Amino acid sequence: MQDFLFYFLSALTLISGLMVPVSKNPVNGAMYMILCLIGTAGLFALLGSYFMAALQVLVYAGAIMVLFIFIIMLINAPAETKRKRDIPSLIAAAIAFLMLTVGFVMMAMSPELNQPMPALEDAETLAAEGAIPFDGSAKSYGFGLYGKYMLPIQVMGFLLLAAMVGVIHLSKDLHARSQAMLKVKENASE
Amino acid sequence: MLMSHYLVVAGILFSIGMFGVLLRRNTLVMLMCLELMLNAVNLLFVAFSRYNLNLDGNLFVFFAITVAAAEVAVGLAIVVALFKRKDTVQVDAFTEMKN
Repeated sequence: MQDFLFYFLSALTLISGLMVPVSKNPVNGAMYMILCLIGTAGLFALLGSYFMAALQVLVYAGAIMVLFIFIIMLINAPAETKRKRDIPSLIAAAIAFLMLTVGFVMMAMSPELNQPMPALEDAETLAAEGAIPFDGSAKSYGFGLYGKYMLPIQVMGFLLLAAMVGVIHLSKDLHARSQAMLKVKENASE
Repeated sequence: MLMSHYLVVAGILFSIGMFGVLLRRNTLVMLMCLELMLNAVNLLFVAFSRYNLNLDGNLFVFFAITVAAAEVAVGLAIVVALFKRKDTVQVDAFTEMKN
């Protein structure tokens, strides 16, 4: 059952992931992206980190992709006109894709990584000295985030504040304002 | 399930993201493919965390998701600002820094 779920979820993730760059319309790409993120959330759940799976669906598929779809709707760019296919960049992208994929597969097949996952029940005994043992519950995440990673959490809060201030500043129409100021100056010089 | 299976899936997902960034000229699709690459790294983090039975990898994914959210917010604000000036989101149009 686990094997079937793994193959199903990874096929879902990879196929819908491939449809993101391939689909012509950005809206379709965003929809496939949501499917891909949900497939990844399923893989997280299969790995036993249920909290991360829930977070993936809530934050990525719920918040980030809604932002994307909103912007696509807002911009409403005309559908990509039938411009001539960019053959050189297609070849370059395909070569880069193949090389990276082959490299990753070779790396993954090395004997020290080609091992079965250890049983979750042994997490307490097998975890490294001083490390937080693996556990899918939200409780252990709380212990980790507000214990060992107290400072990074606060830095993250600051980063979000900085991003918010930056976005507010960027969304002001500075170009239009500078144009208006130029006009005022011209009128004054006349 | 072998560890290497998850590595292969994450690697192919990352390669697809890079393929999209290199191939497409639409800024929004490029940003989405960037998210795809971040997502592949998250999968790798969780797989290694499970493999070593160590929760630190999972906590790093938490931080990675936060950074991705901030990055998308700023990136989309820049795209909207560029669209206001150029009336397009194709990267070919953004050549102010040339010369």
